[in-house]
Amino acid sequence: MKKVYANADEALDGLLRDGMFISAGGFGLCGIPELLIDALVKSGVKDLTIASNNCGVDGFGLGKLLDTRQIRKMISSYVGENAEFMRQYLSGELELEFNPQGTLAERMRAGGCGIPGFYTKTGVGTVIADGKEVKNFDGQDYILERGIVADLSIVKAWKADDTGNLVFRKTARNFNPPAAMSGKICVAEVEEIVPRGSLDPDLIHLPGIYVHRIIQGQHEKRIEQRTTRKREEA
Amino acid sequence: MPWDRNQMAARAAQELEDGMYVNLGIGIPTLVANYVGDKDITLQSENGMLGMGPFPFEGEEDPDLINAGKQTITELARTSYFDSATSFGMIRGGKIAAAILGAMEVAENGDLANWMIPGKLVKGMGGAMDLVAGVGRVVVVMDHTNKHGESKVLKECTLPLTGKGVVNRIITNLGVLDVVPGGLKIVETADGVTEDELRAATEATIVN
Repeated sequence: MKKVYANADEALDGLLRDGMFISAGGFGLCGIPELLIDALVKSGVKDLTIASNNCGVDGFGLGKLLDTRQIRKMISSYVGENAEFMRQYLSGELELEFNPQGTLAERMRAGGCGIPGFYTKTGVGTVIADGKEVKNFDGQDYILERGIVADLSIVKAWKADDTGNLVFRKTARNFNPPAAMSGKICVAEVEEIVPRGSLDPDLIHLPGIYVHRIIQGQHEKRIEQRTTRKREEA
Repeated sequence: MPWDRNQMAARAAQELEDGMYVNLGIGIPTLVANYVGDKDITLQSENGMLGMGPFPFEGEEDPDLINAGKQTITELARTSYFDSATSFGMIRGGKIAAAILGAMEVAENGDLANWMIPGKLVKGMGGAMDLVAGVGRVVVVMDHTNKHGESKVLKECTLPLTGKGVVNRIITNLGVLDVVPGGLKIVETADGVTEDELRAATEATIVN
């Protein structure tokens, strides 16, 4: 079992094809798979459908794949931070499917757990319910949402061991575990690959069974909204 | 005098009870955290955190630690982190006692619109639809009228809905209204605002 690869290009080798469906972890620019996104740009793979809560910002994160026109469709809950996204969307070059944030996370989780669909009350009576089956349980309406199974998932974690066990850091966990679970193949990039046995088995956030390839690298970790308070307010 | 932003936030803070787990939206709802006083409130950030702390001191920002508005924040001694599916599990599952959030329109049946204006740039609903469908109690904090002086408290919403029949209480610059069978009930008016003034600014049916 060899899961550790030298770099992002090698880790994606043989996995990419035009028109494929990719699940990506991250929330805003927090916990995004920066290195794998760069490798996707470099690969030139196109007509991608990407399930990701957001689509980066102009020139960073998944925004880089917009600049190169490699994305055909996004499945997201919020895309407000990206002028190029809006330009492509309004001109009809880019398809967009809005999912409520929790519905998107659960679709990924469910897909990875062998659950092809689930009922949720999120979006009942809104445009999100259009065309979806409605079922009443105990007097309350729910809509049917489908699990997501992606061809590939790309995620970012803090630490991994060589068997793919992952540990995340603070709110950089976000969509990464469900995105990882939703992929037929998952590639994870981490800040540090540590020796087998050095992660506490009780404190593994995502078991290595979900992770097929791992790379280690340097991350820019750009901050989207830098908010601070003054010392004297303490 | 109608309430200002801070007075609305202070009034909204009265909705919170000791021990509650609460989600605060962006804008005036964020200010509510400044008025909880001695109450033991745990704030949820739906990107995967319970026990949200204040903004960091300058130089101590951590790119791995942000809130749902993508702002840098801090953790507390009680903080826990989890993934997005778990986060919305606790929202959808009714474990979060209350959400306080802003709105573009609220209707007398509790319908809420706060995510899109047709013809304008649509950014997405984020977690708003999940929150209003799932949490125990939804409190809306907003101005009573829009910038054209038209009521935002309506018989029916004109904008696409975020949730149907989901709002429990509306706190505006003019007062507090509850969603009850048949319409809205006035709970209180802002200091110096009369019931007649509140009724005149409200399109929705007001019941006694």
